[in-house]
Amino acid sequence: MPEASLKKKRPLWYNLSPLDLPLPGLVSILHRISGAALFLLLVWLLYLLDSSLASPERFAAVKATLAHPFAKLVLLGLLWSFLHHLCAGIRYLFLDIHKGVDLPTARATSAAVLAASLALTVLLGWLLLW
Amino acid sequence: MVNRIVVGAHYGVRDWLVQRLSAVVMTVYTVVFAIAVAGARPVDYAAWKALFAQGWMRVATLLFFVSLLLHAWVGMRDILMDYIRPTGLRLTLEVIVILVLTACAGWAVQILWRA
Repeated sequence: MPEASLKKKRPLWYNLSPLDLPLPGLVSILHRISGAALFLLLVWLLYLLDSSLASPERFAAVKATLAHPFAKLVLLGLLWSFLHHLCAGIRYLFLDIHKGVDLPTARATSAAVLAASLALTVLLGWLLLW
Repeated sequence: MVNRIVVGAHYGVRDWLVQRLSAVVMTVYTVVFAIAVAGARPVDYAAWKALFAQGWMRVATLLFFVSLLLHAWVGMRDILMDYIRPTGLRLTLEVIVILVLTACAGWAVQILWRA
């Protein structure tokens, strides 16, 4: 196997800390984490949608559930996940058509994605959850 | 660049395209949904129900969920291919993702078209 000889020469040290990543790398790993979080909580979100549209009683029950501080915290996390995934995704669509691929622009748009998704999370969280 | 002969396989181009197109559909839906919610201000059950009772809203939301199904499949498969090395476990998780997403799409149809 050619893999065996190649493996021996490679260093077996990987720095997996996202905090050491440059900004575009941070946006990238957060894009992946937020996507996975949205998938993992999709069933719960669908359950909430189902209940909220089922009857006035269950709509009230959903409202009561979402009034709980822990539910608000989870929803706030999901809201950020969605907004970061959306903003970063729009950035990737521009990168796909070769817009903003030079390093200074890529860094600036990464910072913009992080700032915009956080700002929108605060704004929408305040408007919808509190 | 690797000088490989492209023959007999997709090399992921179709999945790449599906991921982008579904992303665009969901982005457009997000904007339309935000405008609809801002306009209707559904604070009680009747208004919330009326928002989703409109024909165009049901169809638009269906398009969103179908896009979500395709988009999440490509994304979750990428994640599983990157981190789950044992083939059997990866295949099992991939099947679970497909089943969960398909079930969610069916559930969404039920929610949207329930009387």
